[in-house]
Amino acid sequence: MTDTAAGSPDPVSSPHAHGGASVARAMFRVQLALAPATLFGLWMFGWPAIFLFLFTVAASLLAEFVSQRLRGARASLADGSALLTGWLLALSLPPWSPWWIGVLGGAVAIVLGKQVYGGLGQNLFNPAMVARVALLISFPALMTQWVHPLPLHAPAAPGFVEGLHITLAAPPLPDAVASASPLGHIRTELSRGVDPLRAAAAPGAPALPWSGMRAGSLGETATLLLLAGGLYLLATGVITWHIPLAVLAGIALPAALAHGMDPARHLPAQAHLLGGATVLGAFFSATDYVTSPGTAPGKLLYGIGVGLLTWVIRTWGGYPEGMAFAVLLMNAVTPVIDRYTRPRILGRRRDGREIGLPARETPP
Amino acid sequence: MSVLRRLLSRSWGVHPDDRKRPASEAPARAIAAPAVLHIPLAQHVGAAARPAVAVGQRVLKGQCIAAAHGAISAPVHASASGRVIAIGEVLAPHPSGLPVQAITIESDGEERWIEAELPADPLRLDPAEVAKRVAEAGVVGLGGATFPASVKLGLGLRARVRTLIINGSECEPYLSCDDRLMRERAAEVLRGVRLMLHATGAREALVGIEANKPEAVAAMRAAAQRVSDVRVCVVPPRYPMGSDRQLILELTGIEVPADSRAADTGVLVHNVGTAFAVHEAVALGRPLVSRYVTVNGEAVREPGNYIVPIGTLVDDLLAACGGLREAPARLLMGGPMMGLALPSGRAPVVKGTGGILALSAAEVGAREPGPCIRCGSCVRACPVGLLPLEMARHVQAGSLDGAVDLGLKDCIACGCCAWVCPSRIPLVQAFAHAKGELAERERARLRRDAARKLAQARAERIAREDKERAEAAARRKAERDAARAAQSNPEPA
Repeated sequence: MTDTAAGSPDPVSSPHAHGGASVARAMFRVQLALAPATLFGLWMFGWPAIFLFLFTVAASLLAEFVSQRLRGARASLADGSALLTGWLLALSLPPWSPWWIGVLGGAVAIVLGKQVYGGLGQNLFNPAMVARVALLISFPALMTQWVHPLPLHAPAAPGFVEGLHITLAAPPLPDAVASASPLGHIRTELSRGVDPLRAAAAPGAPALPWSGMRAGSLGETATLLLLAGGLYLLATGVITWHIPLAVLAGIALPAALAHGMDPARHLPAQAHLLGGATVLGAFFSATDYVTSPGTAPGKLLYGIGVGLLTWVIRTWGGYPEGMAFAVLLMNAVTPVIDRYTRPRILGRRRDGREIGLPARETPP
Repeated sequence: MSVLRRLLSRSWGVHPDDRKRPASEAPARAIAAPAVLHIPLAQHVGAAARPAVAVGQRVLKGQCIAAAHGAISAPVHASASGRVIAIGEVLAPHPSGLPVQAITIESDGEERWIEAELPADPLRLDPAEVAKRVAEAGVVGLGGATFPASVKLGLGLRARVRTLIINGSECEPYLSCDDRLMRERAAEVLRGVRLMLHATGAREALVGIEANKPEAVAAMRAAAQRVSDVRVCVVPPRYPMGSDRQLILELTGIEVPADSRAADTGVLVHNVGTAFAVHEAVALGRPLVSRYVTVNGEAVREPGNYIVPIGTLVDDLLAACGGLREAPARLLMGGPMMGLALPSGRAPVVKGTGGILALSAAEVGAREPGPCIRCGSCVRACPVGLLPLEMARHVQAGSLDGAVDLGLKDCIACGCCAWVCPSRIPLVQAFAHAKGELAERERARLRRDAARKLAQARAERIAREDKERAEAAARRKAERDAARAAQSNPEPA
């Protein structure tokens, strides 16, 4: 008599095989994709950045663990989602921020951004972006305090102890180190009536190189490395091309158009694409599964919305960057997008009614 | 432009590792009837057959032992010569583990066939006669649907179908019974196809075979070389290509309306195994008493294809192919995507059994489900265009109507969604549960309607009777009044 090893279990439903995909694997691949740009950012901004990164990630993991316990769920960090949330948040922070910015941000992201909704998969808004925006609104000065790149090996770079001091005690930044972010600088100049082209060309103005050697958030500057990571995600099927391409197009097209019509008031598309965490946002923040639409047309719509809103906020809003706000705004309309971009069911029209029978030649 | 179209066109289905080799490479071996066969009465869609033999009666191989009952039904035949030793319950080949009525035959090992009267030229028979012989032979859809084949042939004739599609796609992983059949019996399959063309009046037959079976394609092409009305078409390997609507769309470009039958669009789909069985039934007078079955899975010692008498217990079949290496983590009837988990090997092989799989724990790879992360993999995989994640959410929340609005009734339970789900959510199980509840609700509605109709009829009857009584009383009163008036008012003389 053949009995299964499990004895006589409850009826198990088909399918009895699985493709092997797992949440942990997807999260791991995203982290792998982020690794080059992250390492570059940590190297470029030195020990304070490394400490901030560790604080942020640790706080996220701790917040996840404690929240799961409090919810009575089986506590597990194995799916890698909390690590990724903390990681993405850290990449969006000014690299020399004090430790408590990272800790508070991590806690806000996990607790208010995710766990209060019921945990993984239940949240409406991208947790990392919720935390970034909460911090930006609460601590606008700290959250826009940028530093020049000071790579680890540079003589002026803070050492291990000095870096720890910067992260823990947050001394005022020396002028030699402080910098404006490129988009922020141009915006300030624009508000003083300086043509952005001239502002960008002025000596001492922060540039926007592809390499990422510029002031900015911890992990958003290395455009090329982020692009490589994004392409890796596309190649491994973790994300589809729809959202990143739509986001980039949503920013670049209006930017190019506006710049073409009035170059004195509008930045060229390239500045928008290279600055302000555009690539990080397009490939890593906007593509968050939980908070973005599920179908291809929905993804396109959502991505274009994110891109367009980012450009609008940067152009007319109160913030020189704006990706985080745009992502959150489009997160809010994701359920609506999902509702109106349902796929057509085979044999039915979009309204759910049956399609007609195909024409047949009249029977003899 | 074609790149753009490719980017924008919906990709459906999944590409599971097919694991058909090495089982598909060895010639099929016929298995001798075991000492005892348990032949269920309901091996088809529709009403169960009714026993036509008594306990103790001697039967010949191929003798009808249970007759079809009703318009949609199929008879059942003895798959070995011997003696009927019981008519009673056996374990159903179904996950429920419930019993099913069956006729138990003790084989005498002599394999004596029943005499049959053979037509000189089967293709000269009247189409209705072909269908009749197919019906009498108990042929049902052997792709797994087990719909009585003759009913479908008759439907094709009535609906004036133009195209007959012969499904040789065999998209389920592990299974290769159709592959072996086409390689080994291509000529017979082709004769069956031509009989089906004749019986339905269709003009051409398209044999759809997935590209991962080049030998079967070559064999069928060679067989069909001199026949103009049968075309062998290679379709891309993709699960579930063998699903009716998907195969029709792929081969003819016709999208069958969701609530219609394929025949309404002029297309009829039959499995290659059914074509072979039709040939055996009509040309050789042999009813359906055995079939090709793939025995596969890591727990099986000698994976391969076997020609198995219907009613052979799964245990006996496994013993005949070398036994098991290890206790399987899951014992399946059918493929891994849509097959049924058997509670034990004491269930019999039936007409719809294409495979018996004894899978190891590693092959099943079961894991605890996690929360949905809305990754959308299931949406991309669904061949029907449903939103499995949303449907499951509605089912979970108890909102059956919400799930129906999202297309629950169009779900074909192919399992693509659950196969790709990174959170291992048992989506098919959720939908099966919801469909069961839906069916229960429908039955309850019918019961309620029937009860209401009865109550209404009763109320009407009572009202009618009251009215009749009142009228009768009024009539009597009028007559009395008239009589009294006549007495008190005599007419003046």
